[in-house]
Amino acid sequence: MALSKQEWLALEKKAFELRKLCLQTTVWAGSGHIGGGMSIMDLLTVLYHKYLNIKVEDPQWEDRDRFILSKGHAAIAYAPVLCDKGFNDVEMLKTFNLSGSKMGMHLDSNKVVGVDASTGSLGHGASIAAGTALAARVLGKDFLTYVATGDGELGEGSNWEGFMTMNHYQLSNCIVFIDRNHCMIDGPTEDVMKLEPLADKMTAFGFNTIVVDGNNIGALCDAIDTAIERSKEPCAPTCILMDTKKGAGIKTMEGDYLWHYGAIDDALFEKFNAELEEDYKARVARAEKEGK
Amino acid sequence: MAGGFVYNAIDQTELSTAEIYGKAIADIVQKDPKVVAVTPDLAKSTKLGEVLKVCPERVFNVGIAEQDMFGVAAGMARAGLIPFASGFSAFTSMRACDQLHTDICYQNTNVKIIATHAGTSFGQAGSTHHAIVDLAITRAMPNLTVIVPADGLETANAVNAAYENFGPYYIRINRGFDRVLYDSQDYGFEVGKAVEVHPGTDITVIACGSCVFQAREAAKFLENADGLKVRVLNMHTIKPIDRDAIMKAVLDTRRIITVEDHSTIGGLGSAVAEVVVEGGKACAFRKLGHPDKFAPIGLHEDIMAEVGIDSNGIIAAVRDVMKMDFEEDDNWDDEF
Repeated sequence: MALSKQEWLALEKKAFELRKLCLQTTVWAGSGHIGGGMSIMDLLTVLYHKYLNIKVEDPQWEDRDRFILSKGHAAIAYAPVLCDKGFNDVEMLKTFNLSGSKMGMHLDSNKVVGVDASTGSLGHGASIAAGTALAARVLGKDFLTYVATGDGELGEGSNWEGFMTMNHYQLSNCIVFIDRNHCMIDGPTEDVMKLEPLADKMTAFGFNTIVVDGNNIGALCDAIDTAIERSKEPCAPTCILMDTKKGAGIKTMEGDYLWHYGAIDDALFEKFNAELEEDYKARVARAEKEGK
Repeated sequence: MAGGFVYNAIDQTELSTAEIYGKAIADIVQKDPKVVAVTPDLAKSTKLGEVLKVCPERVFNVGIAEQDMFGVAAGMARAGLIPFASGFSAFTSMRACDQLHTDICYQNTNVKIIATHAGTSFGQAGSTHHAIVDLAITRAMPNLTVIVPADGLETANAVNAAYENFGPYYIRINRGFDRVLYDSQDYGFEVGKAVEVHPGTDITVIACGSCVFQAREAAKFLENADGLKVRVLNMHTIKPIDRDAIMKAVLDTRRIITVEDHSTIGGLGSAVAEVVVEGGKACAFRKLGHPDKFAPIGLHEDIMAEVGIDSNGIIAAVRDVMKMDFEEDDNWDDEF
């Protein structure tokens, strides 16, 4: 179903609110993986506010769609999304990273409601997602499994084992997202360990690969719609390779690998909030222009 | 006895441990549509091929990829299936250690691991395929139940118990050519409860896996040759360990020997030693197993003899430990 301009604008508003909540959570936590959290926030927003077939009142509903955040360190963005959605009390965010909290830097699926897999050790999500999608086949269920990996994370060979399984079993009911924000802890991905040509690699691994601006909600939704359409029959799984910016939405942070993890003082908090406001205005203008 | 499917002595005579295990899984798969098997290109080697015969659509081969196997199994379990994931124990414990830790144990998923070719049972394959550190690794993982069956019928009992109880299980079996310990499945198998396979009051030998048969043979010999009453405990469950049986052995016999086809660091011997030390009662104690070095290449029985975990090695150790006169001696320097 094509995204209407009205829906696009509503999703932009939600993404803006969630970015602000992510920024606020980073301040409460003292520090956090905010760069990679911001780059994936548009995906989290559209999944939890448009696509995922889930029930907040019944988080373990067995027919629900699953989402596996393989880049588990983006919990600083994921936790605000789950709390805002109603799975957990928003007040919990004030305890993020603190001693005794249920919310650590990487979310525990047995402690935080709404989390489908405990991740944090990189390179695990693809195989878990493949198993979840295979289970849907065995159980005769039509739920979808979405999994999001980072780009630097793809250095872990286990990802590629999972990708091979998805292709071998033609798990089109499993949709893979790669948050291609081009940065990892020690620098740009192409300096630390070359990933390119990444789209070709995914295609060579048997995926129907769609390259999209992952920080453009309209384009992202078009790609997801295509993947869902393909999911109805077993066929090559879809990989949505999201070209994103580390720190997307906060101009100072955008594209800077040093913001993989950081702390934010009062002055930066004010500055970054202002930059989020400016970014939101630009996004609204884009949605008004490109939306239908 | 454990519930589920029952096998008898005739099965055990005709079938290897792995074959009985494969048959046990196949029976469970036929009974429960939520049970699946996952294998890393080892359907034949791990006898999951038995499942292929009866229900091929519920066998998933992930290729040579143990890490993927565990991730896939964890995803399946979280979605409501009961996966039996089977591979060589060297690789299920080491290659896929992180997935075992995080995907299976941390998430407390209902995944049943059958780790085959354990210890030095694949002896000729060399140290790349020996698993002499897997108990040290798995025993330390929260939520994981660790079982080392002594023969084929006990493996069937362990598989049934794993199926019937929620949570991750690590069942460590050999290549499949074990000596037969039990002639019936009905001997009172219970997870976490040691089984006395030979009575005794002079000394206790606590063994697991293929070493239980060896220990019982040693006990029979020592009874005839030396008049010694050697208690032999089949400590099939390494975690949770049977603390009561260990402490009873300490109090009854005051001399303990552990025997395992595993490093003496971190396995059954260490688990028993922890209980003994915490129990606060003095006793003579010795661990038999692989010393802190890689095992030699060879037939399983030859390696067991060389390392001293066969019946001859156990007999020698019992005689040695029986010489220790620690109870009434203040000078401990001459004891060991």
